Amino acid sequence: MDFWKGCNRWAWALGALTGGLLLALGALQGQFDVIWKKAVMICLECIGIG
Amino acid sequence: MKKLRLTVQLLFTIVTNGYLYGFLNGKIYRGGLKYLCVPGLNCYSCPGAIAACPIGALQALLNQQGFQIPFAALGFLFLFGSVLGRFVCGWLCPFGLVQDLLHKLPICKKKKRLPCHHILKYGKYAVLILLVVAGSIFLWGGFAKVPAFCKYLCPSGTLLGAIPLLSANEALRSQAGGLFLWKLGVLLAIVLLSIRVYRPFCQYLCPLGAIYGLFNRFSLVQIHWEKELCISCMACESACPVALSPQEISRSPECIRCGKCVDACPRNCLLFSPKHRG
Repeated sequence: MDFWKGCNRWAWALGALTGGLLLALGALQGQFDVIWKKAVMICLECIGIG
Repeated sequence: MKKLRLTVQLLFTIVTNGYLYGFLNGKIYRGGLKYLCVPGLNCYSCPGAIAACPIGALQALLNQQGFQIPFAALGFLFLFGSVLGRFVCGWLCPFGLVQDLLHKLPICKKKKRLPCHHILKYGKYAVLILLVVAGSIFLWGGFAKVPAFCKYLCPSGTLLGAIPLLSANEALRSQAGGLFLWKLGVLLAIVLLSIRVYRPFCQYLCPLGAIYGLFNRFSLVQIHWEKELCISCMACESACPVALSPQEISRSPECIRCGKCVDACPRNCLLFSPKHRG
């Protein structure tokens, strides 16, 4: 599991920046609305009914 | 450190599940904070939850018609993973806290790992690939996409979502059937196992732990081992709840950054630090 061996000390910042970029792309595609719609209705699968 | 971690775990769980009205009335919060994800495994159908679960969000995006890369959910995972790694599991996850508390019960002899740990530890990656990703992308159960992890396995959904909701909501209670009993069985098995083995769900089944584990090697929050100061007393390995050696602690995807090794080291050669040593 030494997948990230050799990556430098700023790799976390690059990862966080990538995260920010992905969030922006998600916002552009309206994915936050999908998350919100799912999260504000009782998820029947999650509670073992659906 | 032990008290500090418990305090942070309790406070974070209370704050992120602070919608008390929901617990009293069997309803869930419907405000704007649910556009965002919390870092830990926290069912968004918990009556108190004020934000979304990252695994639930990932499945919701994968469940849409047609295939779309779930940018928003991956964004949250990259952000939390890069900064915190599995520190999230050790300090911020409500279901991790539940397992920690269960493991403190002085009922039976405690074990750090299950037999065949070296194989079973890959279970969480199988859950991630088969239940979270494949279960959501491919067509299951009557040609409908299914959030398979939430539906068949997630014990956080049963404990934080189903039990409080069904307790307070008569209409929902009347609909509970075989699937609910299955999920209750899964939860019960994990609860019982947690009393004997340290965090069995986190070690063997949690897809969120699998994702954050991949970030552990380079996340900002690290535990560093000063090799030159080490006297190889192995106090850290004895204290580590998942039995990692000092060589493994900083880079292992299994380390949840609980800090027990830091407390145990008599020479202070293990320390929390954002500094990377290459």
